[in-house]
Amino acid sequence: MTASAHAPAPAHVHYTTTGLDNRKIAIWAFIGSECMLFASLISTYLIYKGKSRVGPYPHEPWTNPLTGQTQAGILDIPITSASTFVLLMSSLAMVLALAAVQNKHIPKPTRGDRILGSSQLWLFTTALLGAIFLGFQAFEFTAFVNEGLTIKTNLFGSTFFTLTGFHGAHVTVGVIWLVTLLFIDRRRNLGPADALNVDLCALYWHFVDVVWIAIFTLIYLIE
Amino acid sequence: MATATAPIHATAHYHEEPTGVMSWLTTVDHKRIGVLYLYSALFFFLVGGLEALIIRMQLHGPNGTLVSAETYNQLFTMHGTTMIFLGVMPLSAAFFNFLIPLQIGARDVAFPRLNAFSYWVFILGGIFMNVSWLMAAAPDGGWFGYTPLTTRTYSPGLNIDFWAIGLQILGVSSLAAAFNFLTTIINMRAPGMNLMRMPMFTWMSFVVQFLLVLAFPVITIALVFLQFDRLFGTNFYTVSAGADPLLWQHLFWIFGHPEVYILILPAFGLVSEILPTFSRKPLFGYPVMVYSGILIGFLGFGVWAHHMFAVGMGPIPDTVFALTTMLIAIPTGVKIFNWIATMHGGALRFTTPMLFSIGLVALFTIGGISGIMHSSPPADLQQTDTYFIVAHFHYVLFGGSMMGIFGGIYFYFPKMFGRLMHEGLGKVHFWLMFIGMNLTFFPMHYAGLNGMPRRIYRYDADQGWDGFNAMSSWGSYLLAVGMLIFIFNFFRSRAAGRVSGNDPWGGSTLEWSIPSPPPDYNFAKLPTVTSRYPLWDVKSPELTSDIPHTREGDKDNRVKVAGSDTGANVHLSSTDRTHQPPEAPMHTETRLPSARALGIPMPLSTIKPLLVAIGIVIMFTGMLIRSHEISAMAAAAGQGSTMLSTIIIVAGVVMLVGSLYWWLLSPLEEHH
Repeated sequence: MTASAHAPAPAHVHYTTTGLDNRKIAIWAFIGSECMLFASLISTYLIYKGKSRVGPYPHEPWTNPLTGQTQAGILDIPITSASTFVLLMSSLAMVLALAAVQNKHIPKPTRGDRILGSSQLWLFTTALLGAIFLGFQAFEFTAFVNEGLTIKTNLFGSTFFTLTGFHGAHVTVGVIWLVTLLFIDRRRNLGPADALNVDLCALYWHFVDVVWIAIFTLIYLIE
Repeated sequence: MATATAPIHATAHYHEEPTGVMSWLTTVDHKRIGVLYLYSALFFFLVGGLEALIIRMQLHGPNGTLVSAETYNQLFTMHGTTMIFLGVMPLSAAFFNFLIPLQIGARDVAFPRLNAFSYWVFILGGIFMNVSWLMAAAPDGGWFGYTPLTTRTYSPGLNIDFWAIGLQILGVSSLAAAFNFLTTIINMRAPGMNLMRMPMFTWMSFVVQFLLVLAFPVITIALVFLQFDRLFGTNFYTVSAGADPLLWQHLFWIFGHPEVYILILPAFGLVSEILPTFSRKPLFGYPVMVYSGILIGFLGFGVWAHHMFAVGMGPIPDTVFALTTMLIAIPTGVKIFNWIATMHGGALRFTTPMLFSIGLVALFTIGGISGIMHSSPPADLQQTDTYFIVAHFHYVLFGGSMMGIFGGIYFYFPKMFGRLMHEGLGKVHFWLMFIGMNLTFFPMHYAGLNGMPRRIYRYDADQGWDGFNAMSSWGSYLLAVGMLIFIFNFFRSRAAGRVSGNDPWGGSTLEWSIPSPPPDYNFAKLPTVTSRYPLWDVKSPELTSDIPHTREGDKDNRVKVAGSDTGANVHLSSTDRTHQPPEAPMHTETRLPSARALGIPMPLSTIKPLLVAIGIVIMFTGMLIRSHEISAMAAAAGQGSTMLSTIIIVAGVVMLVGSLYWWLLSPLEEHH
């Protein structure tokens, strides 16, 4: 049998077994892998919880032997609750950005429709909220260092900065990804055909958010 | 080929294999990347073998004087690390690359450029780690790198940095490849190639990709902790700061035990292809073989602490891990019995690949049984850290993985290069390997039970170990001779072996339906699969009468996701399948038209994955230099700077990010 007996496949459509794009499956595999990465980090934090020989401690008060001063637990839950709220809202903006790209060609008669349908606005909002979260983290890290907790101080410092630092690095990558999409959107107006590119970023972004929910609950809220 | 003399205007119509160094540096063809993996991994396998040979020469007799204790530590560390990460894993990767797309009826892997990237990161990581020899600072903490020995306090030199950073580089390669193959197997199967029709090699590879995806992040984090301790003074492994001395061991073995199955399952898969072919029988109990492979993968994550019975975890963990370890012998035993049942009553042909496969079944069984022996904690306390363990895992990894891989090389050599390897030399190679392997490793059982510890660089006479060690050393010399014959056979056959044709062995799966070596697009038309043994359906239907079939292929290959049909497979209409002539569900090309002539879009060759890989390795080299600067500053009481390493790290990151953007923003294939 020769190939000429059959019409060649259209050049741009690739057959896939599931009908899903390859990249969608790969990002899920990647997220599965990332789960193990953060599981290792979080487990180590929990295993070393309460094992630090010197302070500062996350929740318990600590008396500094050099100054004789007693300081409270170092974690600032109200401020971190605010940054958590910011990150969660960024996921909402991400959902709106993806919807805006998917529905780019639907007519938008009212002003509200146009605002909701502006992919640039929502990509920008997502990136901005992510950047604000990073600002909170920079503030938190600086405050901790000023209070005498560095990555070298004790087990709490080592595990805390490494875990939240890894998460912060993931948020940073997400912000860079979002800004890249924003630039592409400005240059050539992302439409439904590009929705998958935004979808991949959204999956990553939501995953990073979910990880933060776990970190916030296990490290900040549970004493 | 005809194209050599054809007029210039005709060259576009016929497939032509690209040549030249640039074609290899820029290739994204999974078959060429597979061949690159094969050559590179065989090279590192020889390096690791040479290290083993020096170890055996040192231990040939009591009080060996060939190498110092320091060199010996480096030799056994690099032997283990090289064989695992630069030998067996990339040899398996060679087969993943070459075979998986062919076996599932795909034109390439899901992400051809990511595939090239995986290879380049691997080879640069392998070179990175071996550069340590030139600087007389090869890793010396064992392939398991136990802390606190590997922390800066006890290992101030660059040795451990080479090891830890090298493994991080190799981890990037393995993870990228695993995402790629996972996606390929899930999403690139030809119409009708449902999961229970997948060839067993692809199935076992599928399980391995899950293990890689889930196990490598754990070692990544363990190594990050180690690097942070060494570079930034964190306390993850500082026992005086309250750290748990077992944290490393747990993290390492949560990765390390699945790693064992990452090493053995591809060889199991290869043997499951070879035995049915040379028994002229379908694989006995195919579904059970699939389920046992999956079960091994699952249980592989629940047995890690059997490597740690001697550390005093307490009776409850010891019991639990002893039981899970004994449990994992069941699916493994099922596989052994199914292979034997496959051969039972078959028309056996004892070709070289068949001999190696039977070798795996026999030798892996010995290794498996000694494994069950030390699944019992009281027995393990006697055996751990002795040569008994060395004997056990060499039966599993040399008698198992390497026998299977050598069988695979002889079996698939004709598909890779279009020529058969020499059978006579192959059989000499097999018997030297088989006898040499047993002579090397069987006496180690006795040496170990007589109390000879692992990792000692010399021993006194008259401890009852002399004879066993001499036997082991003579065995290793036989193995070396066997390898020389293999290398000679490999290159001789590559140049002047018998031309093989599409299907020299009477194979049953899709890869044997296409030319050897296959053209860049593999299949001129995507095949439609109606059973587990598509080629036997055509050539020897009497062999597959017991196997479930559908005459027309599956009615609907599309999977509906969340209620919407993406319609991505529009060009595969159902009439396309039903109107296939029943006698020829497989296509068999005789001429090789070019991809362009067939209208098949092929991924463009590109240098970008190599550039990204170089960026990554520059970045990691900067970290290595940072470690050197830190120890220099510690020696000079804080004098010195970290300027150089910072510049190199930043340069690496810039190159990485720049090349990555260039890569992602350029199209995969030309649209014509």
